[in-house]
Formats: sequence, structure tokens, C-alpha cells
Amino acid sequence: MSAAASTTPAAPAAERERPAPRPTAFWPTVGALLRKELLVELRTLESVPGMSLFALSTYVVFHFALNRGSVEGDLAAGILWVTLLFAAILGVNRLFVADADQGGFDGFLLAPVDRTALLLAKALTLLAYLLVLELIAVPAFSILLLGPPIGPALPGLIATLALADLGVAVIGTLVAALAVRTRARDLLGPLLALPLFVPIVIGAARATEPLLVSAHRGEPAARWLATLAVYDLLFGLIAYALFDFLLED
Amino acid sequence: MTTPAVEVSGLVRRYGEREVLSGVEFELEPGRTLVVFGPNGAGKTTLLRVLATLLRPHAGTVRVLGSAVPEEDWAVRGRVGFVGHEPLLYRELTARENLRFHARLHGVAQARVRELLDAVALSARADEPLRTLSRGMVQRVAVARAVLHEPELLLLDEPYANLDPAAIELLAPLIGARSGRTRVVCSHDPSGGLADADVVLGLRAGRPALLAQGAAVAPEDVTELYR
Amino acid sequence: MYGKGLRSLSIATVVAMSAALSLVFFYAPLEAEQGFLQKIFYVHVPLAIISLCGFVIGGLLAIVHLRTRDARWDYRSYVVIHMSLIFALATLITGSIWAKGSWGHWWVWDEPTLVSFLIVFLLYATYQPLRFAIEDPERQARYASVFAITAGAFVPLNFIAVRMSTSFLHPRVLGSTSNLPGPMALTFLVSLGAMALLFTTLCKYELTAKHTRAQLRALRRRLTADSPGSDVRGAGARSAAPSAIPVSRPTGAPARTAGYPVKGHT
Repeated sequence: MSAAASTTPAAPAAERERPAPRPTAFWPTVGALLRKELLVELRTLESVPGMSLFALSTYVVFHFALNRGSVEGDLAAGILWVTLLFAAILGVNRLFVADADQGGFDGFLLAPVDRTALLLAKALTLLAYLLVLELIAVPAFSILLLGPPIGPALPGLIATLALADLGVAVIGTLVAALAVRTRARDLLGPLLALPLFVPIVIGAARATEPLLVSAHRGEPAARWLATLAVYDLLFGLIAYALFDFLLED
Repeated sequence: MTTPAVEVSGLVRRYGEREVLSGVEFELEPGRTLVVFGPNGAGKTTLLRVLATLLRPHAGTVRVLGSAVPEEDWAVRGRVGFVGHEPLLYRELTARENLRFHARLHGVAQARVRELLDAVALSARADEPLRTLSRGMVQRVAVARAVLHEPELLLLDEPYANLDPAAIELLAPLIGARSGRTRVVCSHDPSGGLADADVVLGLRAGRPALLAQGAAVAPEDVTELYR
Repeated sequence: MYGKGLRSLSIATVVAMSAALSLVFFYAPLEAEQGFLQKIFYVHVPLAIISLCGFVIGGLLAIVHLRTRDARWDYRSYVVIHMSLIFALATLITGSIWAKGSWGHWWVWDEPTLVSFLIVFLLYATYQPLRFAIEDPERQARYASVFAITAGAFVPLNFIAVRMSTSFLHPRVLGSTSNLPGPMALTFLVSLGAMALLFTTLCKYELTAKHTRAQLRALRRRLTADSPGSDVRGAGARSAAPSAIPVSRPTGAPARTAGYPVKGHT
């Protein structure tokens, strides 16, 4: 019979009086997660360069596919938004991959934190990627394909981009979380995301159309911006309600 | 009579229609060590994950550090340290960055990160990406991660798997019997594992096949489980 | 709960469908513009309405599943969505036939309902691939429920967005039923009722079949478990008898053995 060791009760680890740990506050948690996300991205450069290069390549493809040197109006709006959306999907695909593959979910789930912080941090990360993407892709578009000058269109365009980006960020995060721990994650992500993006495409493209013309330049119709805003809000609420269920094991 | 650190009664956890854990029951007093033995697939890791609040019980009651799981699992997180098969660290970040991240998540002061890097003897290599470190070193960082927030309960899944004796000795004050913390340890090593065990639980196909005081269990009883 | 009332439901469905078909062919008047082809309206629109309601109901059932964690609600959600997808496909096909007959094209983008349907169909077509891509049954059910709720909320939003964007060049015959004259309205309502009954009956059949198969598996497992040492490796067959190892207890030490045989005790 092996000699049993340590039957004497050892002193509990907290020899000093320790209050029960409080859950970590929400915003510092979001901050910590964001820092980690951006640090990993800066280190690996897996998402943003790929998305930007993809957008540029897509413009070239469009040029040859449509056999046009310059586009305007609804054609221009269409090309811009399709390209941005498909580049966004690349970012969506990679959003949770590091966490799923390197056990990051468990690390987060063990911490005394509000799980919604992860939703917000990831959505903000995707939003940041989209903003950098657009800083590259929109000027490139105006140089490569857009006929009319883009300057006067910028205010309306920026407003539309902001609202569309919010929607893509929220839906993208939800879909990414759904797809990442499945077998066909690279395929399911886009398949789930594209139909959900359709209303965003509708709102964004219709809003941008009147901006990208040389003559009779219009303003983005308020109703399209309102549609985007409402869609963003509703999906924000849905994502908020459902995200926790995706994190459990 | 102090409240048990862990109380499990009639625990059932299913995977589809199969029962991965079937009627597991035990109590663990604070400061004691429970060692769980069993062949692969017996449910050891699942049990540990239930205690860590990573999995919900499908039936039975589980109380960890006085709080019911899963109803009060928010009260348990932050008081439990978990070392699993995965190090739960980001390979592209350095040891220091990884630990700082976890310190922020747990609301722990950054000074503690330095303290622990010294304790696991990795201060020299703390600023290199984790993917450049050996398996054993990564495991040491993982242990540092687990005890960063000074947990009351340690849940260790074969923690010494990739470590040489020197490393094991190094980590003993943190996660060994000498640490004084309540521990639940999964082990495949009959003689070594038994040495520290106050209570022994043997699992076979999810069912408890052996439950006794450590002193009363011989290595042969443990190897019997693997038959 | 399952299987009960299946026969009466089936009979009611057959009766209702026959009634609807007779009304469509013999009672409803021929429409002035489109002639006989217009009668597809009595099939196409009920299919559309039922499948849309089905998708939304699937989402509601998924909400119940997430709140109760009871797998039976997930079964129901799955079956309802699955059936709605089939009905949606039928909607697209009948809609396409109607479009070809009325406007000469197999597909028109001007009919917002049809376009919305296509988008919704494409979304729900990923439901089953999503489910089959997750092996853990509990996680599969949970993820599927999240999808069902998201998609269910998406359906009305999508319809509104598409409607906003479509130009109304072609006359839309899918107007509200309050514009229909009496006989047409009656035929439509009977058709709608019959389609609803068909949907419900088919769902019930599928649920009963699933439930029966699950019970069969459970019985089979119990059967193999009761004969220890059997080599049968059915789904999840394991040796159920806890092979308790006798262990001696030092006197006085309070060991919790929860009823396992212990050396020195009988």
C-alpha cells in the first residue's frame, strides 16, 4: 500500500483576508479585448492587407469583365458595394479563427466578465478593419474606375459608409461566431452572411447612386439612410440577445 | 464543519444520447486534493470542464466554492484556475502580452505578471512570441495564466504532461500539493498521482468506478480501471 | 404527444385539399386578363403565406428552445423550418410558372415578393448544411436555434427592404385579398386553410417519425446495456454495469463512497 501523503490540512491559499473577486468592469474588458485583437492583427497582418488587396484586384476584374474604363451612377454604386462587401467577408471569415484554434474562447469564458464584451470588441475590431479597408479601397475606386470626381460626393458617401459598416460589423460578427466552430467554416460564413447583407446592399447602393454622377448630382435619399440605421439597430439587438448562446460549449 | 470546496451529486452530462458522465458524486474539502483517474474517454476532462463552468450539467447538482453551477456560475469564475490540454494562449503574442491580457480580464494588477514570469523562470524569454517557445515552456506560461488571479480552486488536466522533472519542481509551489490550494487533478500516472491524493475518483465510461481516500488506494486499484 | 390525432389530421387534410381543388377548378371564375393561368394564384399564394409563417414560427420555437434548453423544441423548430423550406421552393416554382405564363419570362425582378422569397430561400438553404457541420448535438441544436431566430427576424425586414427597392412597373396581382370578389375570396381562403392543414400534417408526420426513431435507439441501447459483456456496438453502447473495485477503508476516516462495495463490508 503506497504511503499516503499530505493528510494534514494545508493552510488555504488566501492566508490574508481576501474579499470575493468582483467581476471585471465592462468597458475595461472591451478595452483589453480590443487591445489583444489589434495586437494580434498587427503581428500577423492576416486580415486588413488581404481585404484591401482583394478589393483592388476585384476592381481590375470588374474592368475586364464589364469592358469599361469608367463607370458612374448605379453601375458605380453597385461595383463599389459589391467589392466592399466581398472584401468584408474575408475579414468576417478570419474574425474568430485565432480564438477557435488557440483555445481563446475558454480563456475568455473562464474570466469573470460580461460575455457581451466579446461581441462588442469583435464588432469594433471588424469595424476598424472595414474603415481601414475603405480608406484604401474608396480612393482606389475613384482613381481606377469612377468617372465623376469623388470630392463632392464624399460627405454623403461617408455617411452611407458609416451606417453600412455598422450593419456589416454586427452581422459579420454574429455570422462569424456562428460559422467558426463548424466543419465548413469558410463556406458557411459567406453563405450565411450574403442574404443577411442584402438589405444593407439595397440601402447603401440606392443611397450612393445619386452621388456618383457627373451631372445632376443628388443627395442620398434620407429613407435609404434611415433603412440602414433601422436595420443596424435591429440586428444589433438580435446579436446582443443571441451572442452568449454561441459562446457556450 | 467547513463548506466543501466542491460538492457533486448525481452529475450527468450527455453528448447527444450518450451519457459522458453518469451519476458522478463526491465532496472535496478545502485545501485537499482530488485525483481523477480513468482511461481516455472516461469523462475526466468533461468533469473538469463542468467544474470550471465551461459545460453545464444536464442533471444532478454541482456546487463549486459554495455556488451552484450553472445557476451561479458568475460567482465561480475568477476564483478557479484551469489548466487544460490547450494552453489557452495566443501563439503570436509573447508570454508577457498573453499574461497581461489575462490579467486585465481578471482585474489583476500588472505587477503580478512580472511576479509570475519570475516564478516560472521565463522572464528571459517573456518577450518572444509563444510559437518560438518549446512545448514545456508554453505549458509553464499556461500554468502562470491559471494562477494569475490567485484562484481558490485549481482544476488541472494532466498538468505535468509535457514537463521535465525540473519544470515540475518549479511549478510545485504554484499548482502542486505544497501550494495549499484545493485541487482537482486528472492523472494517468498511478504512483505519482496517488502520492498527493487526499481523495481518489476513478472513472470508467463516465461512471464512478472507484471513490475512496487516497491512503486506501493502491496503484493496482488504479491500473484495474484501465483494463 | 406525437402520433396522437395523426389519422384525423390526415383525413382532414385530404378532405380540405379535395375541397380546395374542386373549388379552384369548378367554382372560382376565370379571371379576365390572365385566364386559366391565374388559378395558380390559389396554390402559389397560400404556399407563400404558409412558408413565411412557418419560418417565423420556426424562429419562435427556437426562442423557446433556448430558454428551456429542452431538445424537443429544437426538433419542432427543425421540422417546421425544413417543411417551410420545401414549401418555399414550391412557392418559387409556382411563381416562376406564373411569371412565364403572364409575362413571358421564367423570372422577373419586379415582383418584390418573389425576389424576397428567393433571398429568404437562399438563407434557409444554409440551415441544414449548418446543422450537419456541427457534430456535438447540443451545440448543433443551440446554433441552429440562434440561426432560426436571426433568420426569422430577417424575413419581415427583408420583405420591407426589397419592397422599398422594387419599381412597380408590372401590375401586381398579389394584392390584398380584400380586393377579391366573393367566389375568388372563398376559394382562396379554403385553399389557404387546406395548405395550412397540409403543412401541419406533414410536420406532425416528420416529428412522429423522428421521435419514434429516437425511442427505438434508446430501447436498443438499453437492450445492449442489460447484457454486459456483449460485443454489440450500437450507437453509444457502453458497459453500463459500474465495475466497482473493492477498496479498503482505514477505520475512522470518513470516506464518501456513495454505496459502492467496500472491502471488509458486505
